[in-house]
Amino acid sequence: MEAISMLVSAAAEKDPNTTGSGLTALGAGLAYGFAAIGPALGIGNLVGKSVEAMARQPEAAGMVRTTMFLGIAFTEALALIGFVVFILLKFA
Amino acid sequence: MLALEFPEINSLLVWKNLFDGVGFNKIALIAVLATTISSLLFFFATRKATSDAPRGARNLAEVIVDFIEDGVIMQTMGKEGLAWTPFLLTMFLFIYLCNVPGIIPFFQMPATARMAVPMFLAGLVWVVFNATGIKHQGPVGYLKSVLFPPGVPKALYILVTPIELISTFLVRPFSLAVRLFANMLAGHILLVTFALLSEALFQAKDKALIPVGILPFIMLVFLTSFEVLVAFLQAYIFAMLTAVYIGGAAHPEH
Repeated sequence: MEAISMLVSAAAEKDPNTTGSGLTALGAGLAYGFAAIGPALGIGNLVGKSVEAMARQPEAAGMVRTTMFLGIAFTEALALIGFVVFILLKFA
Repeated sequence: MLALEFPEINSLLVWKNLFDGVGFNKIALIAVLATTISSLLFFFATRKATSDAPRGARNLAEVIVDFIEDGVIMQTMGKEGLAWTPFLLTMFLFIYLCNVPGIIPFFQMPATARMAVPMFLAGLVWVVFNATGIKHQGPVGYLKSVLFPPGVPKALYILVTPIELISTFLVRPFSLAVRLFANMLAGHILLVTFALLSEALFQAKDKALIPVGILPFIMLVFLTSFEVLVAFLQAYIFAMLTAVYIGGAAHPEH
């Protein structure tokens, strides 16, 4: 969080007089923030359920873990696309 | 707010050529080193065994091969997939050795944080899994199994077919590349941010601010150790997704 707000404020300071750059900074921050909500809920749910499954059936832990990583990889992609949008808005 | 200038993003990512007039920069150096190190490791590992118990390079190589076979292939493709060990092993090692310089002093840059490397790898995977599908099922059979997955009610194909078309042929390579790239870039930028913040605080004019600098420094140490995990995890996930895609193309669901 701190890092993101620092990035945004640093970027806004570059040309503080124009409304445009401020809005871009705001948009970039919001883009990442909103993009992180869904994947956050998703990964939380996913890992929580996986831990539940592993605790219930420790002998299936290996299989559950592999599937969990796959699921995390797919879910996380959305947040990462948000991050790329942030970078593009901010620095491109 | 401190008078802290965050540098231009290009100054964090674009490196000067190491030699004059030759397009060879740090990213290329890391990629070449990754190739050399993994080749040398397996070159030394395959020399004639001097004893029954594996030692040195051979031991390390066996651990990595075992990890790919048991942790990646057996979990996703099953026994028939073991023929893919060399390909996935190369992918995994190359990506891992490209990720890890992000936390090695003096390199401080994951080669995979430039889009060219992940994009090329994802393109390679795209070609390989499509070629596998065509080889195993024929061009028509492969397209049919991708676009018209069995077990779906006929009317739903109006929805399913465009989704499958986009997700298999466009989203798969795109997300594979972006996942690796964005993870490593995010890690790199986070490390830069906290390093800059600790530097600015340690050198602050106001003496009272100097002890505060220990906080971002602790975060920097923590994030560095986190990046060790991320470097491995991203290589693992890339190899595993590759295995899933190839396995899916070779043996479609019935």
